[in-house]
Amino acid sequence: MSDRQQTSAKVLALIEPFNKKGVTVTEATRFAQDLEWDSLTVLDFVANVEDEFDVLISMNMQAEIETVGQLVDALERLVAARGS
Amino acid sequence: MTDLFSKFDPIIQQREALLETGLTDPFNLVMEKVESPTVAICNGRRTILLGTYNYMGMTFDPDVIAAGKQALDDFGSGTTGSRVLNGTYAGHRAVEEALKDFYAMDHAMVFSTGYQANLGVISTIAGKEDYIVLDIDSHASIYDGCALGNAQIVPFRHNDLEALEKRLKRVPEGAGKLVVLEGVYSMLGDIAPLKEMVAISKANGAMVLVDEAHSMGFIGENGRGVAEAQGVIDDVDFIIGTFSKSVGTVGGFAVSNHPKFEILRLVCRPYVFTASLPPSVVATAATSIRKLMHSADKRAHLWENSRRLHAGLKQLGFQLGTDEPQSAIISVIMPDLETGAAMWEALLNEGLYVNLARPPATPAGMTLLRCSLCALHSSEQVGEILGMFTAAGRATGCIS
Repeated sequence: MSDRQQTSAKVLALIEPFNKKGVTVTEATRFAQDLEWDSLTVLDFVANVEDEFDVLISMNMQAEIETVGQLVDALERLVAARGS
Repeated sequence: MTDLFSKFDPIIQQREALLETGLTDPFNLVMEKVESPTVAICNGRRTILLGTYNYMGMTFDPDVIAAGKQALDDFGSGTTGSRVLNGTYAGHRAVEEALKDFYAMDHAMVFSTGYQANLGVISTIAGKEDYIVLDIDSHASIYDGCALGNAQIVPFRHNDLEALEKRLKRVPEGAGKLVVLEGVYSMLGDIAPLKEMVAISKANGAMVLVDEAHSMGFIGENGRGVAEAQGVIDDVDFIIGTFSKSVGTVGGFAVSNHPKFEILRLVCRPYVFTASLPPSVVATAATSIRKLMHSADKRAHLWENSRRLHAGLKQLGFQLGTDEPQSAIISVIMPDLETGAAMWEALLNEGLYVNLARPPATPAGMTLLRCSLCALHSSEQVGEILGMFTAAGRATGCIS
């Protein structure tokens, strides 16, 4: 698996405990519309993602992230920036 | 043409559905006459007020009223200008002196509302490259201050020490850090573990701002708030407060020992680009603040009221926001908005006003009946209040 695939797999695994509606999740899945997460669920999920990747995802950044794929892309950038 | 108001359709429908059931509109109450800090006439009926922020009952204090009348006579009804132009009168300086004495701090800056104090200070001091780390349950004025500035906003789970520390450690090296906390969180009436949180913030090189709006006057040895009560006020960089709660009028302020604090008067837009408070308002505020310094008896009675109401409601079987009374706010958790609105109306019919609070103001989508006590509620009134809760609770099926 490439780095991006690994990131994607980790994100999908982190989504599962919050996927109460049992939606089939792909990179095109939208957090607000498809998973119907409220603000508290988002907070808990983001905290788990931050812990897993040891990064900070500010609310400013979250506002730009609508889909699972966009989150994976953002994480790739954040992890690369941290390593540099 | 797209109607810009169509985005409000869901809330319009929810409101209409609620009112169709015949309920009184909880967000449209008019007080026809106000008799005292604890009693008003609503819909022609004498009503005990248990949903104001008049914690110390200063609104009808004779000295406070006299000071306001004198200022109206001496300085007129308004300043018609900004603090930095023609809007600073002797009274504005006097109330800032009163705040410096009250908090024992070097600087005090008065804004036209508490909302503007948070909006102004937060948006001005945290800039584009800086990080604001804040409790997720922060007041709207704090979030709006964050939105008005350009800083990176990082929320953490309510009162969670580990979550705060983790986030602070992940802020990029060299970035400015501001931690924003509240002394009392006004929805559930719970307090923050400021002792630990301020220590964590300082250990990680952050400045700390604490909003003490709901603690002034009765928490801490000198009524300076939760930071004083927990012994960390000297490590707090900025305290934000308001005149619209314990002080009993309207206005907001920031106090600080930061040596460069005064420059905010020139760079803080919500301070500069608005009219200053009317002379009568700053005169009542200054008088009230100085009286609050010597209000130990009232403070003790307020705590007694809070403990008694908390214990009484708990015994009746209501679910409360905190296990123990932590402030002058006792929050009753309702199962849903419909039951909350029905209970609110039943209490009003009994002759009791409380606040109905619902999302987005409340955490976790809760509907709350928020009770806030006053130092001037008599022991008899607290007894009456418990009787009203019993009757209304049984009538609506909230308790058995």
